Amino acid sequence: MFWNTLALAIKEIRRNLMRSFLTVLGILIGVAAVITMVTLGNGATAAVSERIASLGSNLLMVRPGQRLGPGRDSAGAPPFKLADAQAIENQIGGIKAIAPTVSRTITVVHLANNWSTSVVGTTRDYFTVGNWRLAAGRVFNEAEQRSGKAVCVVGQTVRANLFGSENPVGSTIRVGRFTCEVIGLLVSKGQASMGMDQDDTIVMPLRTVQRRITGNQDVRMLLVSVSDGTPTSVVRRNIESLLRERRHITASEDDNFNVLDTREIADTLSGTTQVLTLLLGAVAAVSLLVGGVGIMNIMLVSVTERTREIGIRLAIGALEREVMLQFLIEAVVLSTLGGLAGVLLATVGSIVLTRVMEVPYLFNATINILACAFSAAIGVIFGYFPARRAARLDPIVALRHE
Amino acid sequence: MGDGNSADAPLIELIGVTKTYGEGAAALQALRGVDLRVEQGEFVAIMGPSGSGKSTVMNIIGCLDIPTTGSYRFRGMAVERLSRNQRALLRRNYLGFVFQGYNLLARTSALENVALPLLYRGESVSRRHAAAREALAAVGLSDRESHMPSELSGGQQQRAAIARAIVTHPAVLLADEPTGNLDTHRSREIMELIATLNRDRGITVLLVTHEPDMAEYARRIVRFVDGMVESDRPRMEPA
Repeated sequence: MFWNTLALAIKEIRRNLMRSFLTVLGILIGVAAVITMVTLGNGATAAVSERIASLGSNLLMVRPGQRLGPGRDSAGAPPFKLADAQAIENQIGGIKAIAPTVSRTITVVHLANNWSTSVVGTTRDYFTVGNWRLAAGRVFNEAEQRSGKAVCVVGQTVRANLFGSENPVGSTIRVGRFTCEVIGLLVSKGQASMGMDQDDTIVMPLRTVQRRITGNQDVRMLLVSVSDGTPTSVVRRNIESLLRERRHITASEDDNFNVLDTREIADTLSGTTQVLTLLLGAVAAVSLLVGGVGIMNIMLVSVTERTREIGIRLAIGALEREVMLQFLIEAVVLSTLGGLAGVLLATVGSIVLTRVMEVPYLFNATINILACAFSAAIGVIFGYFPARRAARLDPIVALRHE
Repeated sequence: MGDGNSADAPLIELIGVTKTYGEGAAALQALRGVDLRVEQGEFVAIMGPSGSGKSTVMNIIGCLDIPTTGSYRFRGMAVERLSRNQRALLRRNYLGFVFQGYNLLARTSALENVALPLLYRGESVSRRHAAAREALAAVGLSDRESHMPSELSGGQQQRAAIARAIVTHPAVLLADEPTGNLDTHRSREIMELIATLNRDRGITVLLVTHEPDMAEYARRIVRFVDGMVESDRPRMEPA
C-alpha cells in the first residue's frame, strides 16, 4: 500500500509538473537559504579565527592608555621605553619573545613610485612574535639594531607598489627625509581581520625609527609572545603588576596601559560571527516556514480540485486513512524534493559565495541533514490538514462536485 | 466483519427505511418508510420522477449513506451499525458502482482506471493489470487500454467505468442513470452489456433510470414516488 501510494504521489506530482515545481520553490529557497547562511557564517567564523591566528600565536599586545572604549582616553598615558621591554623580558618567565614597536604612517619613494605605508620600528624579535617569514634577503642584525642603521625589510604590498615584480633586496628607497637600504622581503600574510592589510608594512630597527622619524625614545606598543604551555593569563597578570610598579601606579589608581590577548579578540570576534550566523539562519528558517504554508495552500487547492477523484476513490472502497496517506505522502514527497533540491542549490551557492567572500567553504553535514529532515517534517505538518480534509469528504457530495 | 446468517438472509433488505435531510422546518424527507428485498442474481430497475428518492435509496444500498431510521441489511448485516471504514470495506469487497458521469480519473489510462479498485485491495501491479485487462476485454475495450478518458467516446468511457465496477467481481452492481449522457444507440449497447453481466456472471444489478426503454432490460421494476415504493413488479414479458 505504501509503495503504491508513493508511486501515486509521484505520478500526481509529475502530472502537474509546473505547479509542483512552483510549490517546491518555497521549500527549496528556504532550505537553500538556511544552509547557505549557516555555511557562510561558519566560513566567516573560521576566517576570522584564522586571520587572528596569523597575527601571531599566544600574543599579548601591551599598549599605553586604558582599554579603548566609551569614555576611555589613552592620550594622557605616558608611553613605554625600551627599558620596559627589557624589564619584562628579564623579570617575567614564560616569555618566548618580546618586541617593542613604534610605528608611523609615512610616504616612501622608489624612483617614480611613491606609496604611503606603515613603518614599524622594532627589534629582531618582531619577526618571531608576528610569525613573519622572509621571502628574500635577511632581517637586520644586532649591530644594525644597536646603531640604528638605515636598513629595512618590506612587505609584499609595499614591494608591489614600489618595485612591481622586481626583487627589491639591495635597492634603496627614500623614507621621509632619509634614504634606506632594502635588505629583506617578507612572505605575504594576506588580509588581517577588519580589513587590515598586513603586507602593507616596512620594518626597521627601533632605533632608526626613533632617531630619524619620531625623534624621541618612545615605544608605542609591546608585542609579547608567550611560550607554548604557559597560560597567557599568568603572563598577563605578571606583566600588569610589573608595569604598575615601573609606572608608579598606586593601588587606588587604574592601569594607564592595557594588555590585549589575541585569543580574547579571536573569541570575541568569532562569538560575534556565530551570533550573526544563528540570526541569519533563523531568518532563513522563517522563509522555510513560509514555504511550508505554500505547500499547505497548494495541497488545499489540490484537494478541492480533486474532490471528485476523492469521491471516486471513497466510493470504490478506499479507507479514510488511505486517502489521507495519499495526500500526506504527496505533501511529504513535494517538501522532501524541495529539501533535496535546496541542498544542491545551497552547495553550489555556498561554494560560489565563499569564493566571492574569500572565506573557507566548510561542508556542514549537520545543517544539511537537519534542513532536509525539517523540510520533510514541514510536509507532514502542513500536509496533514489538507489530507485530513480530503479523507473526511462525504463521497456522495464529492461525487456530485463539479 | 461478522457475516451473521448470510446463507439464509436476502442479499439486500431494506426494512422501514426513512431518510431525512436537514432538521426542523427545513427538514426534507427523502424516504418515508421503504421496504425492499433483493435476492442474489436479480436485475432490478428503480424508476421514478426526480425527487422521488430513488437516488437516496441507491446511496443507502451502496453503503455511501445510512438510513435515518429503519434498517438496511446486506447479507443479514445491519449496515447502519457499521463505521465509515467498515462500510468502505463493504463497498470494496461486494459493490461495484457505475455513475451517469462515468467518473473516470482524468489523465489516467483506461487500464489504470480499471485497476484502481484493486489497488485498495493490496494486489500486486501484475495482478492488477491482468485483472484489469480481463475486465476491459469483457466490456470490449481491449484495444483502448492505454487511452486516456479524454480520448474515449462517452460509450467507451461508460464501458471502462463498468469494467472498473466488475474488476473486483462484486456481488452487486449499482448503476445510477448509466445511460443518462448517451444517445439511444450507445445506451442500448451499455444496457446489453449490463444485462449480459447479470445473466452470464450472476451479478445482482440495481439500475436507477427514468427511461422506460432502459428499464425494459431489467426483470423487475420498482417505482418510487414521494419517497415510497409505489409499485414493485416483474417486468411484463415482451412479446
